[in-house]
This record gives sequence, structure tokens and C-alpha cells, in this order.
Amino acid sequence: MNDKGKIIAGVIIFIALVTFPFWYSMGKAAPKPEPVLTPQALEAKACVRDKVWINANHMQLLNEWRDAVVRDGERVYVNLEGKEFNMSLSNTCLDCHSNKAEFCDRCHNYAAVSPYCWDCHIDNPKETK
Amino acid sequence: MEDSRRNFLKMAGIAALGAGASPVLNAFAAGGGPAATPKTMKGKDILWAKQWGLVIDTRKLTTAEDLKPLIDACHKTHNVPFIDPAIVGHNRHEIKWLWQTGYANAFPDLEARYTHEEVETRPFLVLCNHCENPPCVRACPTKATFKRPDGIVAMDFHRCIGCRFCMAACPFGARSFNYRDPRPFLAETNLAFPTRTKGVVEKCNFCVERLADGLLPACVEASNGALVFGDLEDPASEIREVLRTNYTIRRKVALGTGPAVYYIV
Repeated sequence: MNDKGKIIAGVIIFIALVTFPFWYSMGKAAPKPEPVLTPQALEAKACVRDKVWINANHMQLLNEWRDAVVRDGERVYVNLEGKEFNMSLSNTCLDCHSNKAEFCDRCHNYAAVSPYCWDCHIDNPKETK
Repeated sequence: MEDSRRNFLKMAGIAALGAGASPVLNAFAAGGGPAATPKTMKGKDILWAKQWGLVIDTRKLTTAEDLKPLIDACHKTHNVPFIDPAIVGHNRHEIKWLWQTGYANAFPDLEARYTHEEVETRPFLVLCNHCENPPCVRACPTKATFKRPDGIVAMDFHRCIGCRFCMAACPFGARSFNYRDPRPFLAETNLAFPTRTKGVVEKCNFCVERLADGLLPACVEASNGALVFGDLEDPASEIREVLRTNYTIRRKVALGTGPAVYYIV
């Protein structure tokens, strides 16, 4: 029996199919998300912590804030520089970043995460206040 | 020669160890000072107590119109939806924080066959009693509801799984379940306070967010003195003075939950 031709053809087809997602989307990488800072955020210059740390750890920070506020009744956060903040997603974070669609959602969509914060916490704009 | 190579290697090893150890030692030395770490704390305006309590002077709140501003103040502050039975066809989805009921419903164990006519028809303001021994807290399997050190029976909506054991445990019907998304039923939204989501239980929170800012609960503020809020454990507090000088009743005391809401009838 000599099925060399069939085997090689089969292997080639198999490899082509398995690697299809890679070469199909080659050169079509989604662009890096660019969250927009509001004038208020630009003016403030600094976030609660430094930008790199916030990028990586804001979700853990929000968890800590939630536990401190809800369970311990502690609502004031003192950052590394000794500055005090009210620990509130809606009233502190989103007060500065009052552009959820251009700020929060850009990275969240890029990373394919859908946090359910906004099921309860009210997003901005808050101008209607 | 043998001996000197051996010594050389020994000395090289010790030197390498020393070089490697110095950054570690330096780090330890630096850590000895006051390291800057972020911290959390209570705000300086916070009102705090050992057991918050409320006295409701029902003599000053005799009609539904008297109660309405208090209920509205609460519900606007906390984004409590009004799920109109006329629209949904039933009132099983009603969300209650602060509401009114009749004497016989509020105090079923004090009901008399023949009683004071005016009291019998008076609407009573009812809410979560923030019990000293809350059965809802014992029932909660996730500790989503818990008793704070200041006596407030609080809810952590992040943890609530919507099992409704607390609703079954509460003898006062003070808890409501969000069978549907409450947002479409909000006439106006207080942007400073979150809404709830479908699938969690909610109830009166004694305005923890206002107490944190040094404000009294919204219903107390709207009551023109008919409601007195204060620390039940502090003998010098205003609420204790009111309790000393007035005869008060509580709801379903025989159950042993220790309600912290008192009524002057």
C-alpha cells in the first residue's frame, strides 16, 4: 500500500484548517484601546494612585474600597501622597472620568470583560444633577 | 597550589554572598522607617453609635398625607422604585423601605377586640427594625446581610445571591426582592446613590451613607420632629430622654428580635 500522497495531502489540509484562525486574522490585530481623559481628569493630572498601578490594579482597589465602605463603614481613602478621597465608584471615580463610553468601555471591550458595576452604580454623565 | 586554589574559591564564595546580601539588608534597613502605605478610615463627620434606634411619634403623624413626605424623602434618596400595581397587574413586586400599615398589621399581638378608635384607623410608619438580634442575619447564607457595630442591619448587595431566606426570616416583612430591573420604575434618580439590580433583596439601611456625612436619616430630617433618631445605648442621648418620658411600644417584641424602632401611640 502506498498512500503517501493521500497522507501528505491530508496533513496539509489538517494544518491549514487548524492554523486558519491565525493566518485569517493576520495583520488585523485590534488597535490598542485609547481611553479618553476628560478635561477634569487631565486637570487633576494624578489619579488616586499612579497611572500604571491603576491600569493593572483598579479592580482590586475597587474591591478593597467596596469592602471597606460596605462592611467596615470606612469611606475615606488616604493614598500614598497622603491625599484623601471618598471611596465611591459613582461619586469619585466616575465624577472625574465622566465618560464611561470613551474611558471605561474602550479597554473593557478590548479585553472582552464586562464588569457588572453599572447594573447598580450609576454611570455618567452627571450633568443632569 | 592545591591549598591556595581552595582558599581562593572559599574567599570568592564569601565575597559573592556578601555582595548578594547587601541589597537585602539595605531593603530591610529602608523598611524600618515609616513606610507609605495607603489606608482607609472613617470620615471625621461620621455619626456613630452602639445601637442606632428610632422613635416614631405616631400622635404627630396621623394621616397618610403626614407620612407621604417621609416616605418620598426615603425613596428619592435611595432610588427605591415605585412598581405601579396598575401597570404590572399585581403588587407582588413592590419594593418597600419605608411604608405605612394599619395598627392591627403593625402590632398583631397588641390588637384588641375593642380599642381606641383613632389609633385603630391611624396609619403606622413601618420600616426595618434594625433588630438587636436580627433573624435575617442568621438566615443569610452568604453574610450579605450583617449587623454593623453601630447596630445597623446592613446589606451588601454585591454578595446577595437572591435566595430570599432573609425575607422568610424577617417577621416584619421589611425586605423586598427585586424580581425585575428596578431602573425603569424610577421616576427620578438620585445620582449619588446606586440603584439595585434584578435578583437582590433590599431594605431600609438607616441611611448609612448620610450618617457617614454627619446627616440624620432622610425620614427623620423630613419629619419635623415626629421622628427621633439616636443611640439607644447612650443614656444621655435625646432618644433615651424621649423613651424615658413617653410610653412606647415595639413591634412583635415576643419574638425576641429586639426591634430598635419604638412607637409612641
